[in-house]
Amino acid sequence: MSTASDQSANTEIIAADGEEHHGVSDKQYIVIALILAALTAIEVSTYYVDFGPLFMPTLFVLMAVKFVVVVSYFMHLKFDNKLFSYLFYTGLILALTVYVGALSTFKFFLQKG
Amino acid sequence: MVAVIRRSWHPLADTAIAQGHDSGHGAHVSSTGLSNNKLAMWMFLGSECLLFGGLISTYMLYKGRVNSGPQPDQIFDIPFTSVSSFVLLMSSLTMVLAVSAAQRKDDRNTTLWLTITALLGSTFVGGQVYEFTAFYREGLGFTTSLFGSSFYTLTGFHGVHVSVGIIMLMALVGMISRNRIPGDRGETVEMVGLYWHFVDIVWIVIFTLVYLIPS
Amino acid sequence: MAIIERPSSEVVVTGGPTVGVKPSEALGVFKRPAASTSWRDWVVTVDHKKIGIMYGVAAFFFFILGGLEAVLIRMQLMAPSGKVLNADQYNQMFTMHGTTMVFLFVMPMAAAFANYFVPLQIGARDVAFPRLNAFGFWSFLFGGIFLNTSWFLGGAADGGWFMYAPNSSTLFSPSHGIDFWAMGLQITGIASLTGAINLIVTVLNMRAPGMKMMRMPIFTWMVLVVQFLLLFAIPVITVALFLLSFQRSFDATFFDVASGADPLLWQHLFWIFGHPEVYILILPSFGIVSEILPVFSKKPLFGYPIVAMSGAAIGFVGWGVWAHHMFASGLGPVSVTVFSMATMAIAVPTGVKIVNWVMTMWGGKLLFTVPMLFSIALVVQFTIGGLSGVTHAVAPSDTQQTDTYYIVAHFHYVLFGGAIFGLFAGFYYWWPKIFRKQLSESIGRWNFWLMLVGMNMTFGPMHMLGLQGQPRRMSVWTSARAGEGFFNLGFWNRIASIGSLVLSLGVLLFIVNVVYTHKSKKVAIAPLDPWDGRTLEWMTASPPKEHNFDAIPTVGHLDEFFHRKYAQDATTHEITQVATAEEVLAELNSHPDEHIHMPSRSYWPILLALALPIIGYGLIYNRVILAVGVAMVVATMFGWAMEPSTAADDDFDPSAPGDGGGHTKELAPLG
Repeated sequence: MSTASDQSANTEIIAADGEEHHGVSDKQYIVIALILAALTAIEVSTYYVDFGPLFMPTLFVLMAVKFVVVVSYFMHLKFDNKLFSYLFYTGLILALTVYVGALSTFKFFLQKG
Repeated sequence: MVAVIRRSWHPLADTAIAQGHDSGHGAHVSSTGLSNNKLAMWMFLGSECLLFGGLISTYMLYKGRVNSGPQPDQIFDIPFTSVSSFVLLMSSLTMVLAVSAAQRKDDRNTTLWLTITALLGSTFVGGQVYEFTAFYREGLGFTTSLFGSSFYTLTGFHGVHVSVGIIMLMALVGMISRNRIPGDRGETVEMVGLYWHFVDIVWIVIFTLVYLIPS
Repeated sequence: MAIIERPSSEVVVTGGPTVGVKPSEALGVFKRPAASTSWRDWVVTVDHKKIGIMYGVAAFFFFILGGLEAVLIRMQLMAPSGKVLNADQYNQMFTMHGTTMVFLFVMPMAAAFANYFVPLQIGARDVAFPRLNAFGFWSFLFGGIFLNTSWFLGGAADGGWFMYAPNSSTLFSPSHGIDFWAMGLQITGIASLTGAINLIVTVLNMRAPGMKMMRMPIFTWMVLVVQFLLLFAIPVITVALFLLSFQRSFDATFFDVASGADPLLWQHLFWIFGHPEVYILILPSFGIVSEILPVFSKKPLFGYPIVAMSGAAIGFVGWGVWAHHMFASGLGPVSVTVFSMATMAIAVPTGVKIVNWVMTMWGGKLLFTVPMLFSIALVVQFTIGGLSGVTHAVAPSDTQQTDTYYIVAHFHYVLFGGAIFGLFAGFYYWWPKIFRKQLSESIGRWNFWLMLVGMNMTFGPMHMLGLQGQPRRMSVWTSARAGEGFFNLGFWNRIASIGSLVLSLGVLLFIVNVVYTHKSKKVAIAPLDPWDGRTLEWMTASPPKEHNFDAIPTVGHLDEFFHRKYAQDATTHEITQVATAEEVLAELNSHPDEHIHMPSRSYWPILLALALPIIGYGLIYNRVILAVGVAMVVATMFGWAMEPSTAADDDFDPSAPGDGGGHTKELAPLG
């Protein structure tokens, strides 16, 4: 069971009941938050700096990375039972599929700019 | 007497302290070993992906359709919105610290971090309100153009979700202080946390697609 | 004799410190409602069985309402230049007929069966979130009533059940009908979404020991697939309805072509919901039939894993075909081709089910009871409807068929001949378990045959009418348009209209059957297991006790109940009965569980649900009403959140003498 002292340990503790306890301490959460802030700074810099053809890919990659990091670590999905991941990502992927599909019929992805 | 399976009705009742993140208190009675509430919350968030996906798609389709009024790149104030986004992102950190404190049964820090999260969230909402009024003054109303309608609808829905989150956070603070949470406190805070983080990740998507890409 | 323990106000723990929550201190203002047998009990119940019955009664009422709307349509179209309905009334009639049948009858009736039987079939005592369950029912009821008040408040919605834009704008439909429609469906949508979350968690988490997923009855499997479809489809129509409401109420221009909008956005959003919706409508009936055919063929379901997986496959592939409703909308050849091929693919898992059902019956000892008749009819009629569906998948032929009566024929064959016949099969099959009496087989036969003949008389001719060019939704036809000869379009319209009366008579006979069965002194109490069932819901009292099972069974097989009654000889493979249903139940009850805790009744679900139509009226008419509704939502949500799902004894109203507030239950004798 988690106690305050366990929280500061960095390793993943396998408890007697077979469940992994999360290995993310408060300090690690802060580090992750700083990483997210840095990524956000890069995103914002696209407003000021000309990335050329890398503009869209950079933003998409950064968006996706931030999304997955928050979901996996802050929402703990990485350490939890896979069923939760299936439930959530099914919704996400379904949304992406149908909406990209619908937008495609509007030739959305063929237009310029 | 052989103990037979007890169907515990309150998913959080009947056992002692949390046995782990997945199981809440339902571990010994649920077929999957997972908590009812947690399953429900993740499913709900999965379905919310379709809600926001629809609103985002509507926006993406219509963002260029500006018969009158300003265009996206003419009206957005990226520096301002970047600060708002940063504030919301940090509120996810404070939320996770609140959940961590709740799991340690540290009521004082739990309520502290929950309150800070609510404050950061309110700052974000305040920023949105300011931004919307500024846009309105600059000529972008709800009915001005399709861009306007879909922009305000999308960000408005998000803002309402944040506001509901803030109410839940403050309610949680109040209920913890008065010891009125009927079930497992750690899990309840965790569930509110999941909702709050979701609202944050929706904004991560909105910030990129709506603000940064056109500008 | 087991004692169902009064739960103490302390939370009982196993080995750790007691977490003391004293619920009676929590609010103190409103006590929990006590047990009673009057109408009050139904208003505050959280029992899945009572909720199931309420869903069923309400849904049946809407069935009659939708049926009247249909009959009025057919009377208008019976003769040339009909004068029964004018064009405006006609538009409202077909819109409300479709809306009522889809959202207020078939979906809630499936919910009725799901609510009543899924917990029983998996060996549980209730659903995962009982108060949420009650809230779902009341939301559905109030939403449905709210929607229908539009009839009296300026006119009902008139844009068709799929409400295409820009027809749905205030310019073309100035009355509040569509606003009622949009908000009514939002309210019922909340019911569906919460119900979906509830049932999925229930099926995943509350199965009896040994009840693996692949031992669950097919009805439970199909309900599970349907809940996933609802979970992900309801938000899509939610978005569409919000966009529509914002356009109508706040002049947003989402579907206003002059502002650059694309009406196809509505069509996409609606049908991304709408296609999974039709699988939501049919899969529960597929599940019911998958229960009934084996029982009355005295054979296990052929290919159980395939039937379960094909249901899941239908649910999955169903997301990829929505634009087949839009073949004639100008999507362009690439999109049309993609969706056409996807639509052809989806016929496969459905065909697989048909094969499995037929193979179940093949070589079985068939007993043609009324539920069996309805089930076989579903297989035949759904196949017919499926065949016309296959012709729609072929986009060039669909271009001719779309918006004609050929489409109307297709979906009525699959929906009436499929979904509704399945629901009627379920009525006859499960009636003795719910209501302790079997519906009369002889009246039932009349019910069945009149419905079968009536259905085919009504919808059969529509194939021809459609291919010969009669468009959907035309409010009146003239002799000049009907063509030449005796068997012209006018003739078939007349046949269809007479058929609708035959169909109505058949439905009336169902009502007669119910009334007769329960009023007549001659009809005996049904045995516990009148059909020699195979699944766990039959291993209970009739009706099941509030806590369902005195002892939760441990499951060792698919069709567990069957295996407790019958044994198969290892060498000769002969199946002999080793116990009667009564003996099996007595054996199960001889070792009852201790400490059965049941969820407590609550006021909050109905109060929260009541706030929703108040918000609806407020949005249409008056901001003050809106504010009241919103305040009510906030207040009831807080009340609910602070209330534990199982209350302490001293938290009950002391008004009911002697029955201790609803937790202490005597084990009532059977019969």
